[in-house]
Amino acid sequence: MITLNINNKSYEVDASPEMPLLWAIRDMVGLTGTKFGCGIAQCGACTVHVDGRPVRSCSFPVAAAAGKKITTIEGLNERIAEAVQKAWVELQVPQCGYCQSGQIMSATALLKTKPNPTDADIDTAMQGNLCRCGTYQRIRSAIHRAAEMIK
Amino acid sequence: MNQSTTQINRRNFLRLTGITGAGLVMGLSSRANGVEMVENLTNVLESFELHPLVVIEKSGLITIYNSKPEIGQGTFQSIPALIAEELEVSLDKVTIKQTGGEKKFGPGQSAGGSASVRTSYMNLRKVGAAAREMLIKAAAQQWNVPVEECYAADASVFHRPSGKSLSYGALAEAASKIEAPKNPTLKDPKDFKILGKPTPRPDIPSKTDGTAKFGIDASVPGMVYASIERCPVLGSRLVSFDATAAKKVKGVIAVETCERIHGVYKTEGVAVIAENYWAALQGRKALAVKWDHQGFDQFNSKEYEQSLRAAAKEEGAIDHQQGNFDKAFTDAPVKVEAFYETPMVSHSPIEPMNCLASWQEGNKVEIWTSTQVPGRVIGDISSTYGVPAENVKVNMFFNGGGFGRRLYPDYVHEAVQLSKKVGRPVKSIWTREDDTQQGPFRPVTYSALKAGLDANGKAIAFQHKVIAPTLDMQKNYDKTKTNGTMTEGISEQKYEIEHMKNLYVHHYVHLPLAAWRAVTSTTLAFSHECFIDEMAVTAKKDPMAFRLGMLTKDSDTKNLLNKLKEVSNWDKPLPAGWGRGVAQYEFFAGLGGFVVEVSKKGTGVKIQKVYAVIDLGTVVNPDNTRAQVEGAAVMALTAAIKGGISFDKGKTVQSNYHNNPLVRINEMPKVEVHILANGGPTIKGVGEPGLPPFAPALCNAIYAATGKRIRRLPFDINKIV
Repeated sequence: MITLNINNKSYEVDASPEMPLLWAIRDMVGLTGTKFGCGIAQCGACTVHVDGRPVRSCSFPVAAAAGKKITTIEGLNERIAEAVQKAWVELQVPQCGYCQSGQIMSATALLKTKPNPTDADIDTAMQGNLCRCGTYQRIRSAIHRAAEMIK
Repeated sequence: MNQSTTQINRRNFLRLTGITGAGLVMGLSSRANGVEMVENLTNVLESFELHPLVVIEKSGLITIYNSKPEIGQGTFQSIPALIAEELEVSLDKVTIKQTGGEKKFGPGQSAGGSASVRTSYMNLRKVGAAAREMLIKAAAQQWNVPVEECYAADASVFHRPSGKSLSYGALAEAASKIEAPKNPTLKDPKDFKILGKPTPRPDIPSKTDGTAKFGIDASVPGMVYASIERCPVLGSRLVSFDATAAKKVKGVIAVETCERIHGVYKTEGVAVIAENYWAALQGRKALAVKWDHQGFDQFNSKEYEQSLRAAAKEEGAIDHQQGNFDKAFTDAPVKVEAFYETPMVSHSPIEPMNCLASWQEGNKVEIWTSTQVPGRVIGDISSTYGVPAENVKVNMFFNGGGFGRRLYPDYVHEAVQLSKKVGRPVKSIWTREDDTQQGPFRPVTYSALKAGLDANGKAIAFQHKVIAPTLDMQKNYDKTKTNGTMTEGISEQKYEIEHMKNLYVHHYVHLPLAAWRAVTSTTLAFSHECFIDEMAVTAKKDPMAFRLGMLTKDSDTKNLLNKLKEVSNWDKPLPAGWGRGVAQYEFFAGLGGFVVEVSKKGTGVKIQKVYAVIDLGTVVNPDNTRAQVEGAAVMALTAAIKGGISFDKGKTVQSNYHNNPLVRINEMPKVEVHILANGGPTIKGVGEPGLPPFAPALCNAIYAATGKRIRRLPFDINKIV
């Protein structure tokens, strides 16, 4: 049994230690907002925060997450995250929406370290998140908008 | 939203309550939640159908069914909006539910061909208007006043002289008993409150907090997971397999075969079924499978491409003919000829293919999946496995991308077969490697183009010959016949050229193929519109002026190009080292065009600015339309400068996003979208027309900036040679 702290709740999961955190979150804990996209940390759909830092949970062994504070899209509740979500709605960012949990997790982590990011900061922080619908232009605008909101 | 929702299995619900038949309104999939929910019993019994798509409860809750699957294109807003507008209700006061191919909702419950709004615009407005008139009539009867003295607004009916009103909820029962008018009066568009306005999409909030449900999120008690090993050499036959090691993996329950059915492309795979998905993946790695490659392990892209070039020498079947091309071309003082090549590409929606299926007692099948075609799923499962159509239930979800891939239910077949074999609900999830390597793929099109110009540079003869397989993978194709899908749009362009002869050469390939967003126009627009540019260059004319010169008659294409000319400041000189290019393409789904500006950057170019114009005739949601065109430009850019699928020894070379990359945020150009909505008799599509003209506009801009003509996709934008 591995004990995970997800969104300030404790979960016991019967997982082999090398199993990626993603599958523990989705299949064992039952939080499905975190998505499977590629399995090799190339698309970012599975992004969660581990101790506040964005992590690709599809390539992060569940054993390595034990004892750490894991936040998924369902657990976002502070001011910066709420500004990001609000900006996402205001600018109508999502299309199919599948990658957006990961996009929002990355954007929130970015704004926590850089509350007023430049376009270059956004490129660096968001490059790991693919969007097949091509919502990038709106993602960029929404991050700038969220930055304004948290000023 | 539903006030109180309880998650219960439909069949259990029916058994428990003993309620069946007409009059019962069953919640299918509620807003922002694809998982079946049934409203509490009181609400169910007090619901009244004014039309299968419009249900009003006594409590006042209004439900509108969206009959077009939401794949990102915005039908969750645009389709219910057509009804809500005429019904005089605000969309934020309506519960929207997705239909799943049920018979009572009629044909056409599918998302494809940019068809949702353009084919429903009048029909669904009439549905809303009829419901409105029924409610008004019910109120007039109750008050015993003339109908003409009543009007509907904000989900109520008002009596103008007295000012009294009744809510739709209070009128629903009486209204449901009134015969629906066949020709209800539609609103004057100037009174529209929703249509034509940038209304927020009701699905979007749920897509920012993790609550939106996709097929991959479905879960039912007792379900198990499957991962399927399919032949890496495409087209191989399964000979045998050894599951001993796989079955030793902790969590593995069973190993079973299943058949992937994709039209005529049918192959058997070996599925590892386990208690969790990770265990299924580990078990799959431990499988030993023997395939009969049937010679397909000799297949490689290089030789395939050579064979396409050789096939270009075939005469081909006539797709369209006017005047006397052969004579006009022979006699033309100036001739232009070029050969264009496009690759196979993958759809790569970020949500991998998946399906949860449950084969149940009594010859019943229940399916939970992301699909563009619930009606086709029901039909295919019914006919393939001998299950009555009314025994097949499809639970709908938001699609994590469609792009044409989810028009094909091959992944549903696999899960259904596996559930039957193991006697439990089976959730099959394709890995990204499965998705990239197994296809189906957008087919190649190769194009041989010829044009004749007169001494003044006027186009007098034109030929576009397409060399390609068919989308439905026909092997013994009648080569005397053209194929409308594979020559899509080439004979529909509005350019006035007197002599034309377009041709199609069928060239078979054994690979699984599929429609990809904007189908064959995505490749043919590239060859067609780049070649028009070559003609302009040969004629020493400005590419925009050259095109407009061939458009003397009024047409939407002419309007579109004029609009592009205006919004892009076409005649304004660009800085040194810059170039701009234009392209448009009209095809069955609609009409779009781009002007792209690039600048030289090292050995390559940088995209500086993208101007898009899409012609719709009538626009339902301008903001969503802009979003669709922005996205289409990105998808077209990926197809132009990234990846492409290739084969070696019969296997797909690419496997995941690292070697089949997509454009990322740092490569996203600035896209400015303009919408032409000047009315007119037809409404054109939104989702696809923004795609085809992007690559040719980009390549024409690159020619203008660098003098390099790109005739093969994909190309390296950082190294233009």
